[in-house]
Amino acid sequence: MENTIENPETKSMGNKKSIKKMMLILSKATIDNVYACFILANGARMEGIESEIFFTFFGLEAITKKKLEKLHVATVGNPGMHIPTMLGGLPGMEALATKMMKSEMEKLDIPPVGEFLEILSASGTRLWACKLAMDMFHLNKDQLIDDLDGVLTVGDFYERAQGDRTHLMFI
Amino acid sequence: MIIEKTYGDLCVTCNEQGYLIDLNQWTKEVGSEIAKEEGIAMTDRHWEVINYLQDQSRKEVPLSIRRVGKSGIVSIKEFYHLFPKGPLKISSRIAGIPKPVSCI
Repeated sequence: MENTIENPETKSMGNKKSIKKMMLILSKATIDNVYACFILANGARMEGIESEIFFTFFGLEAITKKKLEKLHVATVGNPGMHIPTMLGGLPGMEALATKMMKSEMEKLDIPPVGEFLEILSASGTRLWACKLAMDMFHLNKDQLIDDLDGVLTVGDFYERAQGDRTHLMFI
Repeated sequence: MIIEKTYGDLCVTCNEQGYLIDLNQWTKEVGSEIAKEEGIAMTDRHWEVINYLQDQSRKEVPLSIRRVGKSGIVSIKEFYHLFPKGPLKISSRIAGIPKPVSCI
């Protein structure tokens, strides 16, 4: 039509630039945070978006060989669990809640932490450990997974985040 | 929204994202033309994966990267190598099957 006025909203939609890279920072070891991070990183790769994860503070547990299959969901201080705080602190509560959550995830074809890390690595997600946090927890590289791409400082990580269409996310 | 598209001599119906509505309309020629749109130069390895995906889709098995990786047909690493810009969604489009809803 000759007299069609361009819809400004549609026009801006057409100019949208796709995301090029997702830089995720995982600082927690509770299983819900770890999976949120892994699913975001993996989902990015599935869409053809680059992704990298920087494991810092308690997030390092997710790549520590001896600990990664023993991560828990928090039953204390987690209102989403709907368990009274007093009960959440009872022995065995965390283990029980974690077991239930893991069985639900298996039903949805969500892999265990170790296998998920292998999938991420095979998919091209770069996995980095934070140097300062490693020093703080007295961890050395041998204690971390073999698929780790290296140990970085914050500065190194920011350098990798350079360029437009890169998004940073802290979990 | 349904869109009609012509690939070679064939006219097929797609959804707005370019995924075939009916796998029965699929031919290797249609697959090749979609692959060209996606910028993929198809090899025998690509077709092996496509055949596997179609087979799974006919059996109504939900697809995920994890399942494809465990299929014995292709490793996850090679799957990404064959279809770098999003292995599952692009291969599914070439295979003429619905876009997978999996996040894994």
